[in-house]
Amino acid sequence: MAATHDVLVIGAGIVGAACALALQREGLRVGLVDAASPGSGVTAAGMGHLVALDETEDELDLCLLSLRLWDQFMERHPGVGEPLRCGTLWVAEDEQQMQHALLRAERLSRRGWHAEALNGDALARREPALRSGLCGAVRVGGDSVVYPPAVAAFLARQLQDEGGSLYLGQRVVALASGGLMLANGMRMSAAHMVVAAGVHSAALLPEVPVAPRKGHLAITDRYPGRLSHQVVSMNYGQAASGADALAVAANVQPRATGQWLVGSCRQDGVHDSAVDPAVLAAVLRSAMALLPCLADMNIVRTWTGMRPATPDGRPIIGAHPELAGVWLATGHEGLGVTTAFGTSQLLADQIMGRPGSIDATAYQPSRFVLQRNAA
Amino acid sequence: MIVDVNGTMVEVEDGASVIAALVVADTLCTRISVSGQPRFAVCGMGQCQECRVTIDGSKHRLACQTPCRTGMVIRTGERA
Repeated sequence: MAATHDVLVIGAGIVGAACALALQREGLRVGLVDAASPGSGVTAAGMGHLVALDETEDELDLCLLSLRLWDQFMERHPGVGEPLRCGTLWVAEDEQQMQHALLRAERLSRRGWHAEALNGDALARREPALRSGLCGAVRVGGDSVVYPPAVAAFLARQLQDEGGSLYLGQRVVALASGGLMLANGMRMSAAHMVVAAGVHSAALLPEVPVAPRKGHLAITDRYPGRLSHQVVSMNYGQAASGADALAVAANVQPRATGQWLVGSCRQDGVHDSAVDPAVLAAVLRSAMALLPCLADMNIVRTWTGMRPATPDGRPIIGAHPELAGVWLATGHEGLGVTTAFGTSQLLADQIMGRPGSIDATAYQPSRFVLQRNAA
Repeated sequence: MIVDVNGTMVEVEDGASVIAALVVADTLCTRISVSGQPRFAVCGMGQCQECRVTIDGSKHRLACQTPCRTGMVIRTGERA
């Protein structure tokens, strides 16, 4: 390799591309390596929902840090990634879900991320395509939608424009302190290496517990004007999922073209990426239960994606506890697009030895690797 | 039988497809693509999706696969 790098980032998904650019801007010489092309893996399979999730305080911290960085990105680069600030409607079908929705509105608003509770009538006025008889919803106005692979490709181009290097079509097959090896036998060296390889991370570092959590998606023809918010059931993230369990929750997104992107489901322990018609049917039924007009709309494409999931549902961001100079930015499950910029900031702070703007303790790789050694 | 193509009444034979009615009406555009180009039927067998039109208010119907019915209202040239 002719070029000399301070950092090699493995994986040019949206997380890896954001990390590479952030580190280049720290004055380091960065090389970004990907087995295919920027944003062509799970980054291209997801919905691109920029959403404040609040299952835990630290999740909300990371989401809000990231969403504010997304706001800056969209301001500086208008139109990149087809952004649409459609907001999220968290829809409650019963009183119990409504209670949870009210708590969410309170939590988000307290943190300055505006969320308003809507009763059933107000909800019907805001989103007439929803079925009648719903309890209400929380409307989160600052949430957005982007097309993630376009953003990843843009970040990779920015990296090059700012002096970084891109190595595409290069699969990394081995990794150690100080260097890596490509499938073609070539070796590259750098003081720091960042593994941002999503579900492929465990192939390089078996001690990193990132496993595929399969999802199904469908996209419709164009029906402009029928839907103005991303509509998500309050059931999202609540339904139990264990080994082989299927968790389904309606999650329907309006695209700028008038198409609807329809999800969602989670399946663990399924490694086959084929569309399973029974699972897809369950996803579509749950969406139609909220948005009945979907039944008459054409679906033009269906696909699946493998979210990189960790045992505790949190991403892994920070130093590998045993391999000096090896850093991890992986395991973001379904939230990697939302949290890409926050992740890049947390990682850059740690590599540069600065205190971060939020507490990164919950994301440290040592929580898994040390557990393994203790076992 | 008579069908309505973009407000013009057109007479077609029994068994005619909607795409045939468009040809009779001299309407050689079914829809406008994402990039703003006019489109028309290509394959004539329900695969290419280029012939999508709005029929009786229902969007994205395949003109080549739909037989005309008396009084049918057909709208073309929409961004679809």
